[in-house]
Amino acid sequence: MAYSDKVLDHYNNPRNVGSMDKSSPYVGTGMVGAPECGDVMKLQVKVNPETGIIEDAKFKTFGCGSAIASSSLATEWLKGKTVDEALEIKNTDIVNELALPPVKIHCSVLAEDAIKAAIGDYKAKSGAVKRETVSVA
Amino acid sequence: MKMPIYMDNHATTQMDPRVLEAMMPYFTDIYGNAASRNHEFGWEAEKAVDKAREQIAALIGATPKEIVFTSGATESNNLAIKGIAEMYSERGNHIITQAIEHKAVLDTCKRLEKDGVRVTYLPVKTDGRIDLDQLRDAITDKTILISIMYANNEIGAVQPMKEISKIAKEKGILFHSDAVQAVGKIPVNVIADGIDVMSLTAHKLYGPKGVGALYVRRRNPRVQITAQMDGGGHERGMRSGTLNVPGIVGLGAACEIAHKEMAEESKKLQALRDRLKDKLTSALDEVYINGSWEHRLPHNLNISFNYVEGESLLMGINDIAVSSGSACTSATLEPSYVLKALGAGDDLAHSSIRFGLGRFNTEEEVDYVAAKVIDVVQKLRELSPLYEMAKEGIDLTKVSWVNH
Repeated sequence: MAYSDKVLDHYNNPRNVGSMDKSSPYVGTGMVGAPECGDVMKLQVKVNPETGIIEDAKFKTFGCGSAIASSSLATEWLKGKTVDEALEIKNTDIVNELALPPVKIHCSVLAEDAIKAAIGDYKAKSGAVKRETVSVA
Repeated sequence: MKMPIYMDNHATTQMDPRVLEAMMPYFTDIYGNAASRNHEFGWEAEKAVDKAREQIAALIGATPKEIVFTSGATESNNLAIKGIAEMYSERGNHIITQAIEHKAVLDTCKRLEKDGVRVTYLPVKTDGRIDLDQLRDAITDKTILISIMYANNEIGAVQPMKEISKIAKEKGILFHSDAVQAVGKIPVNVIADGIDVMSLTAHKLYGPKGVGALYVRRRNPRVQITAQMDGGGHERGMRSGTLNVPGIVGLGAACEIAHKEMAEESKKLQALRDRLKDKLTSALDEVYINGSWEHRLPHNLNISFNYVEGESLLMGINDIAVSSGSACTSATLEPSYVLKALGAGDDLAHSSIRFGLGRFNTEEEVDYVAAKVIDVVQKLRELSPLYEMAKEGIDLTKVSWVNH
């Protein structure tokens, strides 16, 4: 199968690889997929609690080149967005940007799921933080 | 070093220039139909075909009259299994085969099941070989055929041929073997191995594509096969169709070269294969060999790099031609059924790479391939959340994954 130049670029130079402290209240972590299915994505966002803006995003992916590219692209897009804007990223945006063929659409779906899971984790945590703040006050 | 490097010799092989040389005159000079009995053109073609029969027979311990030419191993397997099922249908309707056969055998058996034939698909042990007790237990008084491959195309596991044929003989059951990966690579002898019907193909042993043969035993017992192709009654009525004379000459030449050079060549390939394995396993942790190491083709290395997905690895070593059992490299999006049958888990199937060394590989190529694979595996593990979790001491089998 021939890969698009953009997939190759993300595969050869993946952006924002790494991990952040998942116990931090400002870090949301999403992990989707399963090893027996051949892909697992871990995506993390670090949110500024004052502004609600995603200041940093990191990923690690076990999967094919298109899965790596989809998650790498997702971290690029997430930075600078608010958490609500981040939830508007659709898998079809990733498909179009990376020119993914039909058999690789599931990679983009997985990336969208990973974004939603990471934001969901952050929101759950920040809700908890607020409650703590309230109880302290 | 010529790039890219070819190490996918279980898929097909480069044709040996000596084979091409032998074939050339039969395209434009000696172009007769081997079935033309009344002129020089036909006689010359027939002579060439007869020589090829002798060359093939010599390699596998058969007699020339026991060789039936076909278009390749898929046709040979179809002809053997369907032809025996039809010919011996009054004696019984049960066939025994195994889970990791090539699709040409498995799908042929599935077709026969639709026609009322009963088929037992034996599982394999973790080393990729069948359990002989399970074979014995599967036999019924209706069993007419056991079809077990000589060596597997993915993991190179060599089956216990002599033991299987002994069981088949005791029960008066015919024994067919798809031997495409073994012929010309390891000693194959239809007498010593007790094989009654055997498939082989030219392009796996440095010959041309589109030509193969079926060995059909003529004595002890005399095997009969119902033709699956109707026509002029070529090949003693078993396979009609004008013979592919240049291809057959190529198959013969390839067999003769293999016969002369196999002993030395297999030693060389095994040394190269072991060198590759040693380099990979000493530089990388969590690397697993798939299939038996002891009973294995000398040129096969099937290896899983845990926590790295196969297609992404292939993408990083794109100047090396190998294949992967990963679902992403298959049309069906299912990981290799051969590796799944070993019971190692789908995740290791997704992480597997098959190296098939061949006549034209060099030590320099092996060293380049090893260094490149090590580099890319390390890079991809830096990217792998599974590797990170495993390093943190998390048992990945106990994680509840979000399936999709």
